[in-house]
Amino acid sequence: MTTILKVDKLVKKFGGLTAVSNVSMQLNEDELVALIGPNGAGKTTVFNLLTGVISQSSGKICFREREEMISLNNKKAYQIANMGCARTFQNIRLFKNMTVLDNVLVAMTNQYKEGFFKSVLRFPSFYRTEDEILKKARALLAIFDLDKDMYKLASNLPYGIQRRLEIVRGLAMKPKILFLDEPAAGMNPEETADLTRLIRKIQKEFHITVLLIEHDMSLVMNLAERIYVLDQGKMLAEGTPNEIQQDKAVIKAYLGEEG
Amino acid sequence: MIGLKANFKYNICWFIIMITGFYLMNTLIMVGLVDSFIENMFVMIWINIILATGLNLIIGFAGQFSLGHAGFMAIGAYTTAIITQKAVSIGGFYVSFIVGMIIAVIAALLVGIPTLRLRGDYLAIATMGAAEIIRIIINNMKITNGPAGMFNIPQFATWPIVYVMMCITTIVTVNFINSRGGRVIKSVREDEIAAEAMGINTTKWKLAAFVLGAATAAIAGSLHASYLQTIAPNDFGIMESISILIIVVLGGVGSVTGTFVAAVVLGVLDTVLQDFGTLRMVIYAAALILIMVFKPSGLLGTREISIRRLFSYIKRRSV
Repeated sequence: MTTILKVDKLVKKFGGLTAVSNVSMQLNEDELVALIGPNGAGKTTVFNLLTGVISQSSGKICFREREEMISLNNKKAYQIANMGCARTFQNIRLFKNMTVLDNVLVAMTNQYKEGFFKSVLRFPSFYRTEDEILKKARALLAIFDLDKDMYKLASNLPYGIQRRLEIVRGLAMKPKILFLDEPAAGMNPEETADLTRLIRKIQKEFHITVLLIEHDMSLVMNLAERIYVLDQGKMLAEGTPNEIQQDKAVIKAYLGEEG
Repeated sequence: MIGLKANFKYNICWFIIMITGFYLMNTLIMVGLVDSFIENMFVMIWINIILATGLNLIIGFAGQFSLGHAGFMAIGAYTTAIITQKAVSIGGFYVSFIVGMIIAVIAALLVGIPTLRLRGDYLAIATMGAAEIIRIIINNMKITNGPAGMFNIPQFATWPIVYVMMCITTIVTVNFINSRGGRVIKSVREDEIAAEAMGINTTKWKLAAFVLGAATAAIAGSLHASYLQTIAPNDFGIMESISILIIVVLGGVGSVTGTFVAAVVLGVLDTVLQDFGTLRMVIYAAALILIMVFKPSGLLGTREISIRRLFSYIKRRSV
């Protein structure tokens, strides 16, 4: 298995508070990994560090690109995204007043080119590229049953569908890694079951690495091949779902001291 | 929305409307229904449409609150005034157009790169300051004739030229909005962090919208100078920026057709009220307040007048 993302002794301090301390982890190709931990453990901070939304105090993040591990230090969020890291957000961040189709097309921005003059003067080549990219976007939406809502505004979709659209939008970027930040938050059991199936499907059909933050243990234990446990900014444990369920330190962090 | 082929049909319809508008105006002037006073009103409305459409691109579509539109307009106006006074020919006029646009684009880059990282009110204040700097520079230069302004600018911008320029800038702006670039700037307006996570260089795209808006403002400025033949630095103060903003807000932030409607409504209102003397500004302001009370999101909101919707409405009615 080839490593696609390697995190080495990552530290993030907010003033006097160390939100993330000495976190190391690595993700392999086509792997589904979960990052869990109690509230305030620093999971979302790790995500924000990985996707370049905030920059680390120290430590190193390396991403595999063309057989080489490239450091992501000092790279901007959009550059990291263009290297193949897509993400979703804990509290959905869709482009609310845009259609479902436009949401996906925005994610595909870097997969096609339309020169300024070609598009404002509507050259025939503009229509060709536009047709082509529309076809691709529609095909992707059809895979996830979103094609019937294509022209609806994102804000008019039900909550569960909005979550799904956010994941599909991430996939539209053709990423190598997909970061999912609490995709099941606020979902009912039925929607969570749908989501589990969806994530399985993505893994099988798109062959990408998925890193997932989640509180819903049924989802995590069902899906994840490997689990990292974060507590108070430190990496507490790493292992398969079975190992994690047995781990003394993890049980202590979640349930408190015994007796 | 429908396929691109069908879109083509509606584009042709808009095109026919534009041509009809031109000949209608032409006929009305020939039969004498439109005198020079009314013609002046129309031309000022069209220039306002160019300005407001450009500002709407920046505010309504890219979501960047700019209050410095008059500054870029001043650049276009003074470039045309200076060049056409030196080279009195229609060719000189067109050259001044392009030079004005280039200077405005450079100014927009200089203003935009440091200020577009600001948000909301801060950006508004910064752009306002930038426009004021442009005005004060013009006020103190010899070539611009200082505070007295410039007069006897040769008139090359006749109403057909203004009309055609309005159509061209609108087509360019609308086509930009309905393309890759337009989708991207809308996504930046909607959620900058999410857009950034989609691999979009938000600073670059905000700048693109800002520069395009500034270029159209320069065109409007050139037409303004050449049509009115007199300009002074005070024509391009903060009040001018605000009156453009009023058109945008009144028509609906994020609606191009709304901008058209608002520019016409305000232009006609302004002309009609000229008979009322001092009461004019009071009535004008009262009308603004009333519209904002009853239509807080502007006359059209974010909606557009669309021929497609009109067609489907007629179809539904006739069945």
